[in-house]
Formats: sequence, C-alpha cells, structure tokens
Amino acid sequence: MARKIAVGMAEYRVSNDPEDVLCVLGLGSCVGVCLYDPVRRIGGMVHVLLPEHLPGQSNPFKFADTAVPALLAEVEKAGASRRNVFAKISGGARMFSGADTLFDIGKRNAEAVREALKALGIPLKGEDIGGNRGRSIFFYLEDGRLEIKILGRDAMVI
Amino acid sequence: MVLFEDLNEMQLDALKEIGNIGAGNAATALSKMVGKRVNMEVPLVRILPLKDVPEWLGGPEKEVLGVYLGVFGALTGHILFVMTIDDALKIMRILLGDMAPSRDQILSMDELASSAMGEIGNILSSSYLSALADFTGLHLNHSVPAIAVDMAGAIVDVVLIEISQHSDYALLIETVFVEEEDRITGYFMLIPDTGSLEIILQALGVV
Repeated sequence: MARKIAVGMAEYRVSNDPEDVLCVLGLGSCVGVCLYDPVRRIGGMVHVLLPEHLPGQSNPFKFADTAVPALLAEVEKAGASRRNVFAKISGGARMFSGADTLFDIGKRNAEAVREALKALGIPLKGEDIGGNRGRSIFFYLEDGRLEIKILGRDAMVI
Repeated sequence: MVLFEDLNEMQLDALKEIGNIGAGNAATALSKMVGKRVNMEVPLVRILPLKDVPEWLGGPEKEVLGVYLGVFGALTGHILFVMTIDDALKIMRILLGDMAPSRDQILSMDELASSAMGEIGNILSSSYLSALADFTGLHLNHSVPAIAVDMAGAIVDVVLIEISQHSDYALLIETVFVEEEDRITGYFMLIPDTGSLEIILQALGVV
C-alpha cells in the first residue's frame, strides 16, 4: 500500500521505501524541493519558505540556501549516492492579484533553490514554478515522478 | 516585546471585544448592501498559530477565498479574511441574485467574480479594522485589498512567509453571518508586526 507522507512548512521527509509518496498539500509561494536517487530509489522532499537564511533562526529547512544542502545530507544518510541524485522542484506561485511586489517572494524562493542546486552540482530534471495558482504536489519514490495538481485543472507529471 | 502567545486573560478579553464590535460592523455593512437584516454570531475569538489555520478551514486543499490587506498608520500589520468558496457563493447570491457569478466563474477568477469578491472582502475587512481604530483611537489605513481564490494551504502560506520575521500567530475572529436560512462563516485574522501589538494594548490601557 502506498503511504502518503505530508511534508509540513519548513519540514523535510526522507524515505527509502519505494512505495512512499511524499507530498505537500496547498503549496503557495513556498517551494517543494525533491531529491531522488533512481538507482537506490531513495528520495526526500523539503518545503522551504524563504530564500535566504536569517540570523538567529535555527531551522535550516525553512530557507532555500540552507535547506537544499541539508536535505542532500539527509538523503545521503538514508543511503542515496550523491552522483545519482537529481532534483525536481515546484511551487513559488504569486498567489494574490492586486498586490504589489510584496508577494513576489515565490520567484525569489525558486531562484535561491536553483542556485543552491547548482552550487551542489545536482541536476534539475524538472520544474513547475511560478504562476498565480496554488499546487498540491506528490513525489513518488517508486520512480521519482512528481505529480502536480492545481484547482480546476488536470494533474500533470514532471 | 509583547507577543500574542504571552497575553493575559484581560488583554485577550479586550481583543475579543474588538472582534465582536468588528463582526457587528461587518454585519451592518452587509445588511446595508442587501437591504435586509443580517444577524451575526461570533462563536470563536482566539489566538492561534497561522500554520493551523488551513486545518481550521477544512484542510489545506479546501477551496477558499482569501482577501489580504496591509495595515499601516499608527501601527503596522496584516489582515487576512478567508471564507470557503461555498460561503462566498452564498454571499454573492444574496447580494447579486441571478447576476451572481457561478462557482466556475469564481474558481477561474473571471472579472465579474474577482471584482465582486474584492468588494465584499474590502467591506468586511475594513469593518473589523474600523472597530480596531475606534476602540484604540489610533489612526489606521489599509492597502488596496489583494484577493486570491485557491487552496487554503497555498493562501495561508503566502501570508505566513510575509509575517515570518514578526510572528507566527494570528488573532482569529470567526464570524457567522445569518441571513434567513443562509449561514455564512467568515474568518478574520489580524497579525500585528513586531511592536504593534504593544501599541494596541497601550491604546486599550491593558498593558
């Protein structure tokens, strides 16, 4: 039986059970970052809120620049091999129309995630970023596919 | 610095009173708009972590209307007003009758739906804000309302990001508007920036 594991805000989950599905329900400007080793079928997901680490904050999983290396360390700890690992990312929407740049944080989050992946040399195999709609995302550890659902639209897979 | 989570009973009561007056203002505003009596109940006023709000609304994937207003002037903060799409539809039907947008129009945020919802959100949110201004004697302004129709989780996460440098808590005022058989629940949330809660409490004389 596939097990759905929800990843809360500023949290991460890692699993080596290919039956598991890591998910975020109702993702807005946050970004869900998925790392996957297709050979060992081990994966992890982190749900980041902000682009850069703020001084005095202890949780590395809240910020893109610290969350991506921290998640990589966790999937490696679970048995993934770094040279196999690829990434898929989704989220970073701009939810409110009529607002000024106040809500442009989604775009900055996505940029910070891409930069962190690049710095670690992890290939980005798929992304669905931006727009003005919220998403629910489901990361299947059997094959590393990422399913994305938006209200009133058909689900898509990257 | 005073935080929501540290408030005492007396301070909470003062904030609840503002919530009740605000809800009353909102019901009066709705009555004027529809030309019929709209009653209200305030079943709940409480302080809760914003991340728990989607559960309160029926889960992170619940379809909701969200209206965001930035507050500035004597204090700064944020207002988020949320209701489920089903309840937003009921309000539209009461206000606009046959002219009301359909559920699909609301979900796709077409022009009629978004302007009607923006207007409703604006009127209701500013009702609560004026209660706060009247009670505290503080001069308060708000930004043009920004609206979104989407999953509760996605709407709340954006506001959580905005406030994450200040506080993770909100003052939630649940209000039920009653018009004949219709019961419509609105969730009004006030999130003051760092230091602003103190300004409110000082103005209320309950520091």
